[in-house]
Parts: sequence; C-alpha cells; structure tokens
Amino acid sequence: MKVITANRAIAEAVKLSKPKVVPVYPITPQTTISEYLATFVANGDLPAEYIRVESEHSAISAAVGASGTGVRVFTATSSQGLALMHEILFAAAGLRNPIVMGNANRALSAPLSIWNDQQDSISQRDTGWMQFFAESAQEALDLVLQAYKISENENVLLPSMVCVDGYYLTHTVEPVDIPTQEEVDEFLPPYRPKHAYLDPKDPMSLGTFTDPNYYMEARYDMEVAMEGAKNIIRTVNKEFEEKFGRKYDLVENYMCDDAEIILVAMGSICGTIKAVIDNMRKEGHKIGLLRVIAFRPFPKEDIYSTVKNADRIAVLDKNISFGIGGVLFNEIKAKMDVDARGFILGLGGRDVSNDDIRNIIKITKESTESDKINWIGLKEEEV
Amino acid sequence: MEIPEQEFLAAGHRGCAGCGATIGARLALKMLGENTVAVSATGCLEVITTPYPETSWKVPWIHVAFENSAAVASGVERALKSQGKDDVNVVVFAGDGGTADIGLQSLSGAMERGHRIIYICYDNEAYMNTGVQRSGATPYGASTTTSPHGKESFGEDKPKKNIPMIMAAHGVPYVATASISYPEDFMKKVKKAAEMEGPAYIHLHQPCTTGWGYDPSKTIEMGRLAVDTGAWILYEIVDGEFKVTYRPLQRKPVNEYLNAQKRFKHLADEEKEKIQNYVNQVCAELKI
Ligand SMILES: Cc1ncc(C[n+]2csc(CCOP(=O)(O)OP(=O)(O)O)c2C)c(N)n1
Ligand code: SF4
Ligand SMILES: [Mg+2]
Repeated sequence: MKVITANRAIAEAVKLSKPKVVPVYPITPQTTISEYLATFVANGDLPAEYIRVESEHSAISAAVGASGTGVRVFTATSSQGLALMHEILFAAAGLRNPIVMGNANRALSAPLSIWNDQQDSISQRDTGWMQFFAESAQEALDLVLQAYKISENENVLLPSMVCVDGYYLTHTVEPVDIPTQEEVDEFLPPYRPKHAYLDPKDPMSLGTFTDPNYYMEARYDMEVAMEGAKNIIRTVNKEFEEKFGRKYDLVENYMCDDAEIILVAMGSICGTIKAVIDNMRKEGHKIGLLRVIAFRPFPKEDIYSTVKNADRIAVLDKNISFGIGGVLFNEIKAKMDVDARGFILGLGGRDVSNDDIRNIIKITKESTESDKINWIGLKEEEV
Repeated sequence: MEIPEQEFLAAGHRGCAGCGATIGARLALKMLGENTVAVSATGCLEVITTPYPETSWKVPWIHVAFENSAAVASGVERALKSQGKDDVNVVVFAGDGGTADIGLQSLSGAMERGHRIIYICYDNEAYMNTGVQRSGATPYGASTTTSPHGKESFGEDKPKKNIPMIMAAHGVPYVATASISYPEDFMKKVKKAAEMEGPAYIHLHQPCTTGWGYDPSKTIEMGRLAVDTGAWILYEIVDGEFKVTYRPLQRKPVNEYLNAQKRFKHLADEEKEKIQNYVNQVCAELKI
C-alpha cells in the first residue's frame, strides 16, 4: 500500500503494463504522469521508448504509428491536448489500435481554466474510443490494467481512455494497493497483434483510401466491436476480481435496490454523493447512486435495470452540449423510459458541496419540469 | 550506377498519366528495398496508390493524416527499435503541402528528436490532390486555384519557402534536394540517406502534368528544364557540408522552363525577368 495521487497510480499501472512506446506531451493537470513516466524510463524501471513529442497531435500520431507496428503503447493528456488530438483519435480507433490513454479531466478554453470538469473527454465520445471514469486513485490504476486487456481483445481492438478528474484525483493522495509485476504479468500477457501490423516480412497497407463501397462496413465493424466490448469488459472485470480481489463492472450500484431517488454520475464526485447518501439514509431517505464507470461503450441495459424501479432519477453532468444540456442526461433520456431531471454542475472546477447534492435531491423530488437544465452552484448575480 | 530491378511500387495505381510523384516513390523504394516501412501523408501519392482493397505498396505502409507523417514515422521508428528491428528503413513520402505548410511542426519535432527516418518531400509545388491550390512551396508567379492570375494578380506573389535550408538549420545530418528527372542523383541520395545514423531529409522536385499544365509525355523533360535553367538546384548537405551535386554545362534561360507550362503562361515579361534575375542571383552564389 502506497499513499499516492491518481497520476502516480496511472504511472505505476503503465510501468506494470510494460508498454514499448510512450509518446507524451505535458499539460496541467496530466503533467506529473508525463514526468513520472520520464523518470521511470530514465531510471531503467520502464524499458520503453519515451518520445518527447512537440505536441499532443504528434503524441497521438506517434502512438498510432507505434501501435501500427504491433507494440503496446501509452499516452496521456488533458483538455486542450485532447482537443488537439481530436482528428487522430478517429484514426486510432479506425485503424483499430488498442492504445490506452490517461486523460486528466479538465475544462476547455475559453475562458481558460485549468480546473476540472469532464467536457474534454465527453466531447470525444464519437471518436470510437472506450471511456472509463475512475472514482479513486486505486481505480485509476486498476482501470489502466484492465483497459489494455479489453482494448487488446481481438474482438474489440478499440483504444481506451481512462479518465481521472483533474486535481480531485490527479493531485490528491490516497492509499493505493500496487500489485506486483508477477501478478500483472499473469493478468496481462504481452500484446500480439493478429490482423494488422507493419512488418517487412508480411507487408500490408494500413489506413488506405476507401470509396463509398467500403467505408460503411469499416464503421459498422467498429460499432459491433463497441457493443461487444461490454461483455468483454465484464469478463475482464471478473478476471481482475479473481486476481486482485477488487470488483468492477460497467456501472456501480450504490444502494439503488430500494432507492426512491437515484443519482447518476461519473468520476470523483461520486465520493461526495456517497457520503451524502450515507447521511440521508440514516435520516430515513431512500437515496441511491448509480455510478457510470464505462461511458463508452454506453451501458444502457445496466443503467436501466438498476434505476427502473426508482421514482425519479437525477443525472449529474460536468459537461454541457449547448442547446440541449448534459450529455449523460440526454443519452439516458434517449435510451430509456425514466423520469429524469438533469443537472449541470462543477464546470471549470466549481466546487460541489454536500448541500449541493442535497439540493439536487430536493429539486429532483419537487421539479415538474423534466426538460429543464438545472444549473447547480451558479452565482446568479454574476450571469 | 546499378539500378535494382525489383519493384516495390506496383503499377496500376490511379495517378494521372505522366505523374512524377509515383516515379519518385518507385525509385526511392528500389534503393531502400524490402526491409522498409513507408509512411504517407494525405495527398496525391497516398490516394492514387491505395484505392481499397488494392494497394501499390509492396512494403508495409501506413497513412494516418495530412500533417502528421513525421510524427507517425517517429512512432514507427521507435516501436521498431523497441523490438530490436533497428535495421528497418522508415521512409516518409509527404507532399509539399504536407511538409512546408500543415506538417512543418511535426516535421520539425521529428527532425529535432533525431529519429532514424528518411523524409522525402515530393514537391509538385501545390496542393494537387485537392485541385491545385497554392502551398508554401508554390513558386513566384505560378497561377494556382487559390493564387489565380487576374486583373489584380500575377499569381503567387511570394517566393518558394526554402524547406531544405530549414531542415539544415535543424542540424539534420543529411539534407538533399533532388529531381525525379535525375534518377541516379536522386537514388544515390536515397542510399546515402538510408546509411545515416540519424534523420535524413530529401526534397524531391516532381513535375505534375495536371497542376503545371504540360503534356503528360513531358514530365521528365520538365524536371530537367527546371534543373538546367537553375530554377531547381541539386545539392546535398552532409553533416553541415554543402555541395552542389549537378551543374548544368550551360544554364538555359528560365523562360524555356516557364513558357512550357500553363501555370506561368500569363506572366508578363517583367515578372519573368524578375524570376530570371532571382535565379541568376542564387546560381551566382553557388557558381552554377
Ligand atoms: C487537416 C487537413 N486539412 C486539409 C486536408 C485536405 N487535403 C488533403 S490533401 C491536401 C493537399 C495535399 O497537398 P500536398 O501535400 O502538396 O500533396 P499533393 O496532393 O500535391 O501530392 C489537402 C489540402 C486534409 N486532408 N486534412
Ligand atoms: S495531379 Fe499531379 S501529382 Fe497528382 S496524380 Fe496527377 S500528376 Fe501526379
Ligand atoms: Mg503538392
């Protein structure tokens, strides 16, 4: 057990996963990941090629090139860096590169903010990457190890993003159990590409030009892989639990079974929500939390089966799609018949207090406007 | 010079008749051989050689995007190195747009990092794939679809950006210019580039029948005219040492080159004279 930040936990997981190539570019609050990895490589603790690229666009481009040769690759970024990668995120997924990336969730400019929300990764939801949201430093470590195993599964072959809330996780220390190399080696065997790779002994062309006769099938294959990834995630979660004793799933059910009101959220805010639920339960209120761990693939069945008996649900979004509201809220509403209320909160690092959570529960019970975008923590006098 | 018979760029690609880009790729691959991985930037060469499910490439090949081929190659090179495959040539083929404009940053980064890659910019002096728009490598006076000549314009109003010298300023151990019309000179340079410990940059002048406006049978001739008039100069810079590799016996007037192409047809004598004076000045410095 070590007391470390989520950034350190991610770096430790990367070291244990033994990627061969690590192209990274620093950006707050991801920076310490890039520094830890550089130090591991410099000290010989991680025998990888660390590429000091000149931008995030080149980081992900080099990652795609390296992954194309059939080696395990890691990169990490945040916010502006992820946005700069946008174009190549599609390419990485389309080329079916099982790259794993750490993303330190941070708001996007303008106005410039280095603080947390989840707009950055949410805005990449259609690129074909899987997205996993950690609640703690331990989960960040565990999810990186599992992400490689899921991404490299030959029926998936899609890249993964492991998301950690900026500062709340990236810069806050917690006790983390770091598995041994032997354990990880048993869980995560070396990556051996079977279908597409750059090898002079077996030449093939990757990333060719397709006319309308071929493009759609490539996209369809990706959709099939993404849907199918759900079962593979469950299998990997089980294997992980057997090996390391920690339980994972696409979603976490926290006291939902008898809950009248269920909150739905992702990431570090769930710690606050759980504390509020614990207190409110003592006061006799039946409140639950459904924590979405896998945002892509979207676990609609798991969400629905967990929340369907609640009177109402409250969906908390640290992002906004202007003109329609929170993305998670709208996706849930689109996919299932639930009585939901949507909340936008925590943008650009705005604090979310226990009272805010209690307020959300109150609004959810009382509000008759199911379409309203409810802003929490907004300073009304300043808008 | 012995030219290897084996081909690594198959015929049947979709290039225009008389395309100079495929000539360049074909000659380079002959020298590099089968132990090579090629990276292409988006552009004519990429599009015409890989109409899925066909490919012209007999060596492993990857294309990711327009502006990042040097970064992709960086990843390929390091990944091969990590597998102990240090002996594999990693070659980039990127157009002048993918090199001088949108890809300059990733090229600069890759060259500065010193990857063992051979970066070949095939320079047809405009964005041909998208229909002959100007690039930073479009020469002074050329009419393109985004620098058209007209009542208020004589075409491109800026001289060609000097990418080989920008590469030299990076301290790249091997920098050269070449032309597809001087295959031996070019192929020797590719061989030298492949023998370097660090990065190598070759700027390959490549006439384009469609974009320049000349008969497809005249591609080689057009490349020769460029060199014989001094409009394009063949040189190499090895570890900082500059050397002209080909000197025309008698330099031809630049008008012979300009008048043979539609893209310069509109130029007034005054503009042509400016071009001649500029060429004279550069050639005088190099004693050509
Ligand atoms: C980011 C991006 N911007 C623009 C384009 C459109 N585009 C594709 S190829 C090309 C021009 C290529 O020019 P060049 O590099 O000179 O190669 P050529 O086609 O002349 O061989 C452009 C503008 C693109 N594919 N990607
Ligand atoms: S437009 Fe020019 S470069 Fe492109 S295929 Fe035709 S001749 Fe070759
Ligand atoms: Mg061009």
